[in-house]
Amino acid sequence: MSRIPLSYIGNRLFTLVLTVFIAATLIWIIPRLSPVDPVDVMLGRMAAGGGTVAGSDAIMAQLRESFGLDQPLIVQYLLYLKNTLTLDFGLSTSSFPTPVSEMIARALPWTVGLMMVSLVITFIIGNLLGALMVWEHSPGLLKVAIPAVMIFTSIPPILSGLLLIYIFSSKLPWFPLTGAYGLNVEPGWSFEFAGSVLYHGFLPAMSIVIVTFGFWALGMRGLMITVQGEDYTTLAKAKGLKKRYILYQYMIRNAILPQITAFALKIGMLIAGQVLVERIFSYNGMGKLLYDAILLQDFPVIQGVSFVIILMTALAVFLVDLLYPLIDPRIRHGE
Amino acid sequence: MSDTTTPTRREKRRMRRFDNPWLNPKLIWGAGLFLGIIAMGILGRFVWDMDLVFTGAGMPRQGPVWVENIRGQVGTLAHPLGTDVSGKDILALIIVGAPNSLYVGVLASLIGMSLGIFLGFSAGFRGGRVDDVIRVGSDVMLTIPPLLILVVVQAAFGDISLTIMALLIAGFVWQSPTRLIRAQVLSMREAGYVQMARLSGASTIHIMFREMLPNLVPYLFGSFIANVTTSIVTAVGLEVLGLGPQRVPTLGRVIYDAINSGALIQNMWWWWGFPTILLAVMFVGLLLVNLGLDEVSNPRLRRL
Repeated sequence: MSRIPLSYIGNRLFTLVLTVFIAATLIWIIPRLSPVDPVDVMLGRMAAGGGTVAGSDAIMAQLRESFGLDQPLIVQYLLYLKNTLTLDFGLSTSSFPTPVSEMIARALPWTVGLMMVSLVITFIIGNLLGALMVWEHSPGLLKVAIPAVMIFTSIPPILSGLLLIYIFSSKLPWFPLTGAYGLNVEPGWSFEFAGSVLYHGFLPAMSIVIVTFGFWALGMRGLMITVQGEDYTTLAKAKGLKKRYILYQYMIRNAILPQITAFALKIGMLIAGQVLVERIFSYNGMGKLLYDAILLQDFPVIQGVSFVIILMTALAVFLVDLLYPLIDPRIRHGE
Repeated sequence: MSDTTTPTRREKRRMRRFDNPWLNPKLIWGAGLFLGIIAMGILGRFVWDMDLVFTGAGMPRQGPVWVENIRGQVGTLAHPLGTDVSGKDILALIIVGAPNSLYVGVLASLIGMSLGIFLGFSAGFRGGRVDDVIRVGSDVMLTIPPLLILVVVQAAFGDISLTIMALLIAGFVWQSPTRLIRAQVLSMREAGYVQMARLSGASTIHIMFREMLPNLVPYLFGSFIANVTTSIVTAVGLEVLGLGPQRVPTLGRVIYDAINSGALIQNMWWWWGFPTILLAVMFVGLLLVNLGLDEVSNPRLRRL
């Protein structure tokens, strides 16, 4: 196995840094073009909560200073970049002295966990079905049923999520309507808590799975058609190897590798879709945090969540790009 | 799957139709569904009273025809698809909302496509620095999920119009056509007919648009349709988060209102159900069109 050329790593690393930099800059510039003043919003909320606010001018000046809004723009920008690099997004304006990074740290594990589980399930189901669609020994029913199921591919996960909630928690009370774990369960390392998490996570994960597995299946089908015509498959058949052995060891093993790059292209859409699913299910993840922040016009949280999700996406793409030549030595890099 | 030696009935029929790849069933069905929704949006305005989209147009919380709501009232023909919690007519909301979603999708995708054609040809033809900048730029923008940047934009600016939303989304759908066209231009640049055109003194513009572009049409269509889907998904996503246009009814907005008013708990399935079904039909239509176009541009897929 040849080593990955350094220029390739450098190239990918440059793209990663540039992506993160551009995303951070966009997130910083956009709110500053807007006429809405976050300090006004915050004071408005205080006034709504407790009637008139005594000495509001002094409070506004104080708030401006604590958010660093009294400094020149370029200083604000450089400070922002420095803070963002250290994942410090300032303080939330809606639940005031809580740091945004703390809120994100609380929400992130739920999102990552849900995503990993649904991703692994779709990857396995999708690729297996895609392979079976092409395999000449699979039952005829499969070849008819799968294209029919494929229609789900085009539907965004919010819609499938709504349907699943309606059927399985509103009509049939089989699954809970909201939340990531039961209210009467103490979070901790207990079987009860783990069971509750799995129980609550099932529907959100399924609503992602049923709309994404078709994407992998379609890709796998195309790759399997190519592999089916290869000489080594014919040779394996001529040798009289077992059909299943040929399927797993000769066909799927060769066909599945390019599917991993498809992942890099798809991940942005996957994460965005999941944010919306979390919002529908009120799942305690980044999606709910983002939605609550939008409702309360909490800019630091909106900025922090958006940045962290973009960072996750960029890192995932970078990792896939790096791992891919290691997994599949057939790929030679170098422009 | 049939062998190639003896043509089946289906293959014979296909030959009689002069084997026109544009007449494949997927494309026809997909286009049919898509045109059906457009027709509903246009004709619906003449058949149904559009003033029913306003609050208090009818009795609140009414079910569709013959469906009983929580209070035991049976839906009537006055509101065939029921009403929401403030008495807005669901049928009218759908008739107004569906074309709005399509409008955002198609406009964003058209702008993205034009940008993509321009940038893709520039990158492929000019090469060098121009190519580097465009390639890295599209790589970067391909990684950033549009939804999250747009959430920041909308949270900062508040209400926006449909057209502005389409323009914003267009800023995120030019990357894939750019890459596609760049790759194709690079491979076509050395093709025989392009060399011939160049030797016979044709201008660059002529080579780009008269010699190369016609070959790209099926790919461009496919990419266009895929972008329409992406744009609509992004727009609906924003609307379901409560962002997007506030004064114009859109399908995503109806779903947002339904979730927020507890339609799921109150068993008012018609409120979110019909917009959901309509969106699903829209996406399935787009998918079928895309699969059909794949068959046009890639003859090897035609057997299945």
